[in-house]
Amino acid sequence: MFTKLEFRKREANRRELPPFAVYALGFVVIVLSVALMFSVVVSGKAAPKLAGLAAEKLEASGVENPVTAVLLNFRSYDTLLEIAVLLIVAIAVLPARSSNAAGVAHFCSADKQDVLNPVLAALLRWLVPLAILVGGYLLWTGAYSPGGAFQAGAVIAGAGVALSLAGRHEFLWHTTAARIVINLGLFVFIAVALSNALLTGTTLQYPVDYAGMLILVVEIAATVSIAAILLLLFTELKAMVDAPREGRQ
Amino acid sequence: MTQDLLYNATGIALFGIGVFGAIVAAHIIRKLIALNIMGIGVFMVLLATARHGEITDPVPHAMVLTGIVVAVAGTALCLWLTLRIRLLDDVNEGDPQR
Repeated sequence: MFTKLEFRKREANRRELPPFAVYALGFVVIVLSVALMFSVVVSGKAAPKLAGLAAEKLEASGVENPVTAVLLNFRSYDTLLEIAVLLIVAIAVLPARSSNAAGVAHFCSADKQDVLNPVLAALLRWLVPLAILVGGYLLWTGAYSPGGAFQAGAVIAGAGVALSLAGRHEFLWHTTAARIVINLGLFVFIAVALSNALLTGTTLQYPVDYAGMLILVVEIAATVSIAAILLLLFTELKAMVDAPREGRQ
Repeated sequence: MTQDLLYNATGIALFGIGVFGAIVAAHIIRKLIALNIMGIGVFMVLLATARHGEITDPVPHAMVLTGIVVAVAGTALCLWLTLRIRLLDDVNEGDPQR
């Protein structure tokens, strides 16, 4: 009989590589790294063909920041699929609870009985609105300088993580409201692409006059969804770790 | 040029450390961290190659931005799977024949 910890240790030791294999692998990795470094130095730089193209067509993209132009206009297909990847992971991690019990409701509930540490409460009162404001700024500034939907979503999700860690707020991901928020980004993106297809005949090639506005609409919806999905990933994984053993079957 | 070289060298070193760690580490979470370090190395090399003197190529930047988000999603999925494996391990723990 051995304890759980010893059991884990034995399991871990059994999977470890023998020393000579570790040294051999270290040697192979060093050779690989040197070869990669050599290839980077020797090959030099190819002519920046795509950079020139992107700069040339920047006028037609509706935004002034070339990275945003590539992300949401020239290669918006990538961004569409990327939001779909996030949504798929969110669905995988989402707990299989029935959604009809809660119905449409606020998906963030505050348990009033739990009294917060006053310092923590004051910090949250300042930090959360500030993070949302910074997120909005990052979203808006993405059109002109570094920033955009993903950066904004990450900052807003950070505010949610702070709320979640403080322990007073619980995010109810099985409510309809939460599901709408999670899906919003992908669905708005697809709606824009489809309506564009009906009106102009091309799915993701925006008309020059409306490109800026369409990009902003897509980015706002994407920001909301990205923030919600990142927060969902955090809170659900945390709930899985925190849950008592017997209830986790 | 030296700055580019520094970025490339750091990126490649991180990639090497990640490859080594992902194979050698016994624990799944350590493997996951090593894979993430590997990815960061690739991102650094991509960012370094995006610089062409005066002009910056926006395409690798957009790729890195997309890559970061996909890496976060992949890491979350791996963590979830790790927790599921832990859970099944706990169920089977009493069985020494495993």
